[in-house]
Amino acid sequence: MSIEAKHKFKPKIVAFCCNWCSYAGADLAGSSRLGYPADVKIIRVPCSCRVNPMFILRAFEKGADGVILCGCHPGDCHYSTGNYYARRRMTLLFSMLDFLGVENGRTRVEWVSAAEGVKFSTTMNEFVEKVASLGENVRLGDLRCRN
Amino acid sequence: MSRVQRIGVFVCHCGSNIAATVDVAKVAEMALLEPGVVHAEEYQYMCSEAGQAKIAEAVKDKGLTGIVVCSCSPRMHETTFRNAAERAGLNPFMVEIANIREHCSWIHKDKTEATKKAVILARAAIAKVNLNAPLKEGESRVTKRALVIGGGIAGIQTALDIAEAGYPVDIVEKTPSIGGRMSQLDKTFPTLDCSACILTPKMVEASAHENIRIHTYSEVEQVSGFVGDFTVDIRKKARSVNMEKCTGCGVCSEKCPAKRNASEFNRGLNNRSAIYTPFAQAIPNVPVIDRENCIKFKTGKCGICAKVCQAGAVDYEQKDEIITEKYGAIVAATGFDTIKLDDFDEYAYSQSKDVITSLELERVMNAAGPTGGHLERLSDGKEPKNIVFIQCVGSRDVTCRGKGYCSKICCMYTAKHAMLIRDKYPDVNVAVFYIDVRTPGKNFDEFYRRAAEEYGVNYVKGQVGKVAPQPDGSLLVQGVDLLDNKQIRTKADMVVLATAIEPEAGVRKIATMLTASIDNNNFLTEAHPKLRPVESPTAGVFLSGVCQGPKDIPETVAQAGAAAVKAIGLLAKDKLLTNPCTAKADELLCNGCSACENVCPYGAITYESREVNDHGIREVRRIAAVNNALCQGCGACTVTCPSGAMDLQGFSNRQIIAEVDAICR
Repeated sequence: MSIEAKHKFKPKIVAFCCNWCSYAGADLAGSSRLGYPADVKIIRVPCSCRVNPMFILRAFEKGADGVILCGCHPGDCHYSTGNYYARRRMTLLFSMLDFLGVENGRTRVEWVSAAEGVKFSTTMNEFVEKVASLGENVRLGDLRCRN
Repeated sequence: MSRVQRIGVFVCHCGSNIAATVDVAKVAEMALLEPGVVHAEEYQYMCSEAGQAKIAEAVKDKGLTGIVVCSCSPRMHETTFRNAAERAGLNPFMVEIANIREHCSWIHKDKTEATKKAVILARAAIAKVNLNAPLKEGESRVTKRALVIGGGIAGIQTALDIAEAGYPVDIVEKTPSIGGRMSQLDKTFPTLDCSACILTPKMVEASAHENIRIHTYSEVEQVSGFVGDFTVDIRKKARSVNMEKCTGCGVCSEKCPAKRNASEFNRGLNNRSAIYTPFAQAIPNVPVIDRENCIKFKTGKCGICAKVCQAGAVDYEQKDEIITEKYGAIVAATGFDTIKLDDFDEYAYSQSKDVITSLELERVMNAAGPTGGHLERLSDGKEPKNIVFIQCVGSRDVTCRGKGYCSKICCMYTAKHAMLIRDKYPDVNVAVFYIDVRTPGKNFDEFYRRAAEEYGVNYVKGQVGKVAPQPDGSLLVQGVDLLDNKQIRTKADMVVLATAIEPEAGVRKIATMLTASIDNNNFLTEAHPKLRPVESPTAGVFLSGVCQGPKDIPETVAQAGAAAVKAIGLLAKDKLLTNPCTAKADELLCNGCSACENVCPYGAITYESREVNDHGIREVRRIAAVNNALCQGCGACTVTCPSGAMDLQGFSNRQIIAEVDAICR
């Protein structure tokens, strides 16, 4: 809550959450009334491994200031191995994005289980604060997308 | 996909749950501006019958082809609205939910902000539904057999209930006998009846039941498949005793020279031989050889048990055997253990034999226990005159060494212990240090009051800071009495720790195999904390007993029955509908590279040679084919595919990109 009041800059943040752990964790954060800034918008995917690096590039191109990917803890994936793929893909993608000038603070992978409402909320608070401190994402934004 | 959709948007107030923080009228109004939306309305409770009727009406009047419901989490009511759409004549997969309750109204306080976010979430769902295509569920078969992991009271009760309904069920128990923790208990609260007397008939019933097979000294090694069709590898550890030949006479254990091995059943308070049955009423009544401590296995020179066995049942050559079975439903009943006390040095548990846990006290008080049921100090065998019980050792402890939760059973079993001791040894003084006494449950508070009032147990509100062993063999207990606001230093001959309980150590491995969710304390997570308390979020996996959370015996038995009913409900079905959100390869884009096949965790992707018509060129190509019965729709293949041929129905690339665009717009 304090973050909401503190920062004037409102970052656009896309959160990809896997259906089995993190989306449920976000639901638990909701039903437990554990607040985080409204800048975070969640997209539900079946598994963290469903998230194509292209989706993340697309988000940055369309003006997102930060993208976070949440999945089940390693070893706990509903599909056994999906989050391992996600972890490898994102490691590569994020280092490439950093090289392109999209700072590492704008991208994050976090494992949040269905029981970790508190972790979901604190993660989102931290992430929003971090992205807000980095300011607007100008490196990948498509100028034609600005309004 | 390219056809124009006619979308209806339905915004739910959820009483004031949503409407208090989100301007629902505004959300509906803004939704009408989105492409494809021809109808938008708000209503108090969309999930109510009247709300669902509104959806049906709009489908009919406006000729809707797609629906967006802005309401609670899809994990809550997605099925409700899909069914409503289906009844209205729409494909159920043309429904998308915008979660404006858990992900919006409940976590934001500012109405403008929350409304803005709700509009964006609705916009994303509309963008997605614009690209939805009707999907049809497939069918899969159900193997009419259940697996119960764990042979304690929870597992036994679940297995009995399933078996009684007429379905075969297997129990896999890792120790040499079924019975679990309950078999270690002496008496049970609040009736004080003997634990073994009420448990052993159930054990016998389970072992004799025609529909129950028991695999003791066995562990689940691997689980594959899905609801209705699990394939499970079970490792039957080498018992070194032939179960068919053994008569259970017990001569082998008697003659075994390697007698100095800590007895697991008696919590290490006394010793057992290397070939042993854990306790007298063990089922099956067949011993096992503990190969680590057996002289024959260590040095090759002994073999006494084989010589004395008249039935010729001892078999040193026996090997672990892995059997593979198919099951339709799996029930986890893996139970609990007490936490390790390494980090609780102040209670001197490791320094003094007279500081014991409550579970150890159960063994001490039991007639079949290490002291033959005589209450005595384990250091010198003397009868104690002063006993101090310490509650909440590791429970309700938010530091990293303990558990944040209440272990639930300790207040009651301590009252039981105190009462039994005062009853049998009236001259023994008993004091109980507690934070709170929590006794909700039928006849529980009455029981506790009897202990305090009739039996004169001294309840002291306050915690113990230190237990110090004294040179004379007694224990100095230093604590605080919060009600009198004074320090207490008292001498005790015996200290009993109500140690927190935690899930059995192997549960994490089992949860991983079952792909069942687990929480920070290693308790298995239920599908819904209130409405689906005995189901795991993973379809076909059910939860029974303490593996889901601390509970006493009556609650465990009740939950075991509930888990059985859920499993029976599944086994009674002949066919199950499968998730239609499966992967699909575009035959014109696929180049047959096998990348998707390699990442598929279900082996659902194979290759076939198919004739394709690529813009007039007809040729036979190697193309990925997805088996819809096996595909679970994770989407790993879609990202791996280098040519972008693989896509996931219901969560297609275009749909997710549309959502991203709508959010970032």
